[in-house]
Amino acid sequence: MDVKALIVEKVKEKFGSSLEEVSDFRDDLCLTIKRDQIVPLGNFLKNDPDLQFSMCKDVTAIDWATRKNRFTVVYHIHSFKLNFTLRIKANITDESNSIESVTSLWKSADWYERETYDMYGIKFVNHPDLRRMYMPEGFEHYPLRKDFPLLGIPGSLPFPKKAE
Amino acid sequence: MGLEAILQKDGYVTTTIDAIVSWARKSSVWPMPMGISCCAIEMISAADPKYDIARFGSEVMRFTPRQCDLMIVAGTVTYKMAQVVRRIYDQMPEPKWVIAMGACTSSGGMYRSYSVVQGIDQFLPVDVYTAGCPPRPENLLNALMTLQEKIGKTKARDFQNRPLVDLELAQN
Ligand code: SF4
Repeated sequence: MDVKALIVEKVKEKFGSSLEEVSDFRDDLCLTIKRDQIVPLGNFLKNDPDLQFSMCKDVTAIDWATRKNRFTVVYHIHSFKLNFTLRIKANITDESNSIESVTSLWKSADWYERETYDMYGIKFVNHPDLRRMYMPEGFEHYPLRKDFPLLGIPGSLPFPKKAE
Repeated sequence: MGLEAILQKDGYVTTTIDAIVSWARKSSVWPMPMGISCCAIEMISAADPKYDIARFGSEVMRFTPRQCDLMIVAGTVTYKMAQVVRRIYDQMPEPKWVIAMGACTSSGGMYRSYSVVQGIDQFLPVDVYTAGCPPRPENLLNALMTLQEKIGKTKARDFQNRPLVDLELAQN
């Protein structure tokens, strides 16, 4: 059986209406799931003996700027058994900008989620250590959001005075 | 005809203390290699046998600021790193000099962005700027020679009573 068909069939069977969209663009399979189902889905994909998506390669986000549901969180997970990388998307549908953390499933998601929090301000609920990563602690803005000016916000970063 | 020839003829030379001191200073400028990104590779090349920065007395790259006269800032300085650079600069004993190596350090270079300091002269007194992305090792040597010229003109009184300043943080 084709790998993609197998994954889609299994996920559809288990999650049914929570699966919002399945797309196969340029040979990349992408599942869009309801936000609250992300951890159960990850758990299923990781622990199903036929799938075994044991590695989380990336967590990032998209800022759609003008859409009502502004943020989409994107995961890339890999299965060594199938030699296949799957993309999962979850649209954030409310103002809280939060989503359940997947660190309980994949340890590697820890820093990816921290980075996503740092750059987009998405809060990962139950993340063990959700701190800023690149920007200094205490920085109040999220640089990769579309409304953040390219040259930054004057006065927002600590900076040493000129030496004599 | 070198110094030996004069000494053999007359047995002494006349000079000033300032001239001797500045000559000694400029002939052994010990750099603090502040290699933060790609420019550092060219700075390292300048120290290798082909370019041989030792010809100018600057082969002693010290990784502690306490033993340095010159900070070569080689690389992109971000706002986060700026505080570190400034702190290391503050730890260097007087007299001290700064070379801004490369486009990033001199002006932010191609990183016209929120995270990169648009020129380290905003928080350090730069003596020589070096153009290039990255500058060739020859260019760094040229910067060093320019600096030596500058040091050669200094007098002891130029460095007297410089107040010790504490590191203060302002906002960008
Ligand atoms: S000037 Fe060019 S080579 Fe040097 S640190 Fe910047 S980007 Fe790298």
